[in-house]
Amino acid sequence: MALIDLTGPDIELLLTTLYRQYGYDFRQYSEAHVRRRIMNRFILSGLNSMTDMQARVQNDNKFAALLLQDLSITVTEMFRDPEFYRSLREKVIPILKTYSFIKVWHAGCSTGEEAYSMAILLKEAGLYDRTTIYATDFNQQALDHAREGIFSNELIKDYTINYQRSGGPESFSSYYTSQYNMVIIDQSLKKNIVWANHNLVTDSVFAEVHLILCRNVLIYFNKDLQNRVQTLFLDSLINGGMLCLGTKESLRFGEFEDRYLEIDRKQKVFKKKY
Amino acid sequence: MSDGGKYDAIVIGVSAGGLKALRFLIPELPVGFQIPIVIVQHISAHSDGSWIHLLSKEGNRIIKEADEKEEIKKEVIYVAPPNYHLMIERDKTFALDIDEKVNYARPSIDVLFESAAEAYRDRLIGIILTGSGADGAKGLKRIKDRGGLTIAQDPAEAESASMPTAAIAATQVDHILSLRDIVDLLVEIENTHQ
Repeated sequence: MALIDLTGPDIELLLTTLYRQYGYDFRQYSEAHVRRRIMNRFILSGLNSMTDMQARVQNDNKFAALLLQDLSITVTEMFRDPEFYRSLREKVIPILKTYSFIKVWHAGCSTGEEAYSMAILLKEAGLYDRTTIYATDFNQQALDHAREGIFSNELIKDYTINYQRSGGPESFSSYYTSQYNMVIIDQSLKKNIVWANHNLVTDSVFAEVHLILCRNVLIYFNKDLQNRVQTLFLDSLINGGMLCLGTKESLRFGEFEDRYLEIDRKQKVFKKKY
Repeated sequence: MSDGGKYDAIVIGVSAGGLKALRFLIPELPVGFQIPIVIVQHISAHSDGSWIHLLSKEGNRIIKEADEKEEIKKEVIYVAPPNYHLMIERDKTFALDIDEKVNYARPSIDVLFESAAEAYRDRLIGIILTGSGADGAKGLKRIKDRGGLTIAQDPAEAESASMPTAAIAATQVDHILSLRDIVDLLVEIENTHQ
């Protein structure tokens, strides 16, 4: 198959169609990411030209739905980056303990693995009963999966290692039940998680929270969109509230950097100034 | 932005046996070597990055993990951080993502090479060194297709021959060379064109 040239305007046109027709806005995503996903779908579908692809997106809802799934990020793990969760245990939980009720916003929760990890952490600290976790994503399919809390057995081994590395004191198997080749997350971990559809690109503040987790989401956005989302986070946090970003993400843009104190430089935990 | 030289960047993909190869190659490049180098070395998701400090010290130059949105600068060597794919945008800044593994790897060489080929077109040099598996073969082909210069380490010399062998099978590479000769070629290119 001949190598196609996917130009900037080709990408723009496709993303504009997705937005106008289906309401999902990827126009401010990293172009390299979007390009790779579009190329993969192009090759998988055996299309001949970008004109064909454009036509399919316009006229074929199922095809557009596939592409929308391609473009959204669904890769996650329980206790991804164990050192980060260790930092949560040691540096964030002690601060949360001082509040009589706790609201956590997990932004871009995808299929829920990290929201459940947070629930486990809070439970072990004796805080879960006074916590509400708002776990949000724009991908409804991922949210549905998250709500079910059923994960593949194959992954549990890695998750168990992650959990132990994070300093987890319990037997990880006490948090799920095995059934065939799947595991079902313990019901008690679900009761204070509110799964909700929220789009960081287009939606606004919905609650005042004590802690925001948004890890490895901003890396997919361009600078303008990153700024928009950072503003959203700043407006959603109470004074003294904490923000956790991915290991390779930062608040390097002046206007936000000044508004936070560093709680853990390496693990990217920040506290909003009073 | 082009400034008259023939090549604006070098991308290197390396896996098993890679640290040894890089410990030879990097110190052999003259200090002040201009063309930026971007490396994907397959590493554990939990790597603490000590190998980067080692290389930086031995190579006597700046070697750092690439940060997202970071602008690519001359004389600097960048490496992909553990557990992220590294890509290059058309504006010559880095992008990171946590998409699925490619060829069982994250970072994946193919992911870097394909994005770099789109960003730099014919102003890119792609190099596949020692490694098991076949990551990088597709990416090197993309670099060739976009008019860049492609180099594979001589499989006879490579500690693990399969990655360069796969690259050579997938693409008519421009050069198959020993590490020593790769260094000499890069220095010659820098001296002639840059």
